Amino acid sequence: MRRLAAIVCSLLLAGCAQPNGGLRGTGDMGVVVERASGRIMIVETSHQSVLGRVDGLGDLSHASVVYSRDARYAYVFGRDGGLSKVDLLSVQLDKRIVQSGNAIGGAISQDGKLIAAANYTPGGIRIFAADSLEPLSEVATVYGDGSRRAKVVGIADAPGNRFVFSLFEAGEIWVVDASDPRAPQVTKLAGIGRQPYDGFITPDGRYYIAGLYGEDGLALVDLWHLDRGARKILAGYGRGETALPVYKMPHMRGWAVAGRLAFLPAIGRHEVLVIDTETWREAGRVKVFGQPVFAVAQPGGRHVWVNFAFPDNGVVQVIDVPTLAVVKELRPGRAVLHLEFTPRGEQVWVSSRDDNVVVVYDPAVYAERVRIPAERPSGIFFTARALKIGF
Amino acid sequence: MPAFRPLVVIAGLALALSALAAEPQGARRAALIDMVRQDCGSCHGLTLKGGLGPSLLPEALAERDVALLESVILNGRPGTPMPPWRPFLSEAEARWIAEQLKTGWPQ
Repeated sequence: MRRLAAIVCSLLLAGCAQPNGGLRGTGDMGVVVERASGRIMIVETSHQSVLGRVDGLGDLSHASVVYSRDARYAYVFGRDGGLSKVDLLSVQLDKRIVQSGNAIGGAISQDGKLIAAANYTPGGIRIFAADSLEPLSEVATVYGDGSRRAKVVGIADAPGNRFVFSLFEAGEIWVVDASDPRAPQVTKLAGIGRQPYDGFITPDGRYYIAGLYGEDGLALVDLWHLDRGARKILAGYGRGETALPVYKMPHMRGWAVAGRLAFLPAIGRHEVLVIDTETWREAGRVKVFGQPVFAVAQPGGRHVWVNFAFPDNGVVQVIDVPTLAVVKELRPGRAVLHLEFTPRGEQVWVSSRDDNVVVVYDPAVYAERVRIPAERPSGIFFTARALKIGF
Repeated sequence: MPAFRPLVVIAGLALALSALAAEPQGARRAALIDMVRQDCGSCHGLTLKGGLGPSLLPEALAERDVALLESVILNGRPGTPMPPWRPFLSEAEARWIAEQLKTGWPQ
């Protein structure tokens, strides 16, 4: 009897949540991290609704998400080393492991079969089977005299089933070929610059760029020509001026490439740097409200939206690409942590941590459309990421 | 000897009172508790067990004295990403934060 009741309940629930006989695609779905509650919301953008929540995911400060290649499963990387595989369709936790003491993020391989988790403690990456989360191998980021392990930052997937990342303390970029996932091959590029704090890969999968905290400039690696090493670009962009304090590290995975221009947060400056991706020279800079954290291009590339570090994190500014001018300033709420466009750019979702809300805008007219209550929301990740290199 | 006792008591009371006076109250206290967990947490983790920045848990800070921690909070640590928080905190507040971190940050 209890069993029958359970079946009826689950049928009723499925019927309520999924009106099309329980079938739906995931192309309009996504995840919003509720960072303080160890929970994610599963959302859909066609009607801007919450489909359900999955909790028990641990410490989600600085959580990030990658998607399986069929865009059904979200892999959630938590600060506490937790790696959780969540089924978007059944709104359930599929598998969960705690794979390190302190983690920063991760990536999924080109073939979708491997998950790489990037760790601070112990420093290195660990590679897992994407379906079962079975551990396959580890690359320890041992550097210098061999007694210490560096923190891994800025991990990205690259063509050739490779993972690329930077070593914060060591000033190195490592390229790991995981074609044989139980015996990954490492190529180390040393002397790339002081204190790389994050990195990203260009949409074509060819160039990896690390932002440097310890000096003005960025490190650029051409993944077609690893033998040439890394080269410094935009060296001395601070023009020798004293850097401003940075109350939150900028993030580069939300890179903005619009046409041939890339828009990146300057570090220690209230500016967005504009780089010509054909010459890798500075093509301009835009004065903005505070220390940029994310600079995100609207699909179509006409505008770039920027949010800021504490204490300026209540503001979002919009940069017009052709004129490199700030054309709009919005105040979605207190402590804006992230923003994400729908794949074709007709909506942008913005999380306000301290007002416990996700605000959905129509970016064409900067109009607020929906406010979705959320507990301390941070990262917003739509499933379109499943189909892109570097996400 | 007993004649000195009241003085000691009074001095002790005065110290306790000044410590109480320095302790942030009400909305400001709540804002500071939240700021450390959320904004310091950007680098040190929401649970303060560390991230890009080191752990701020009591066991990690056991060997550090309050004055040093107060100074790091106010002035930052040159050569590392730790920024100065002086624009947002009084010295008494920084000291209170240092003391609380050493005993375990309030929820």
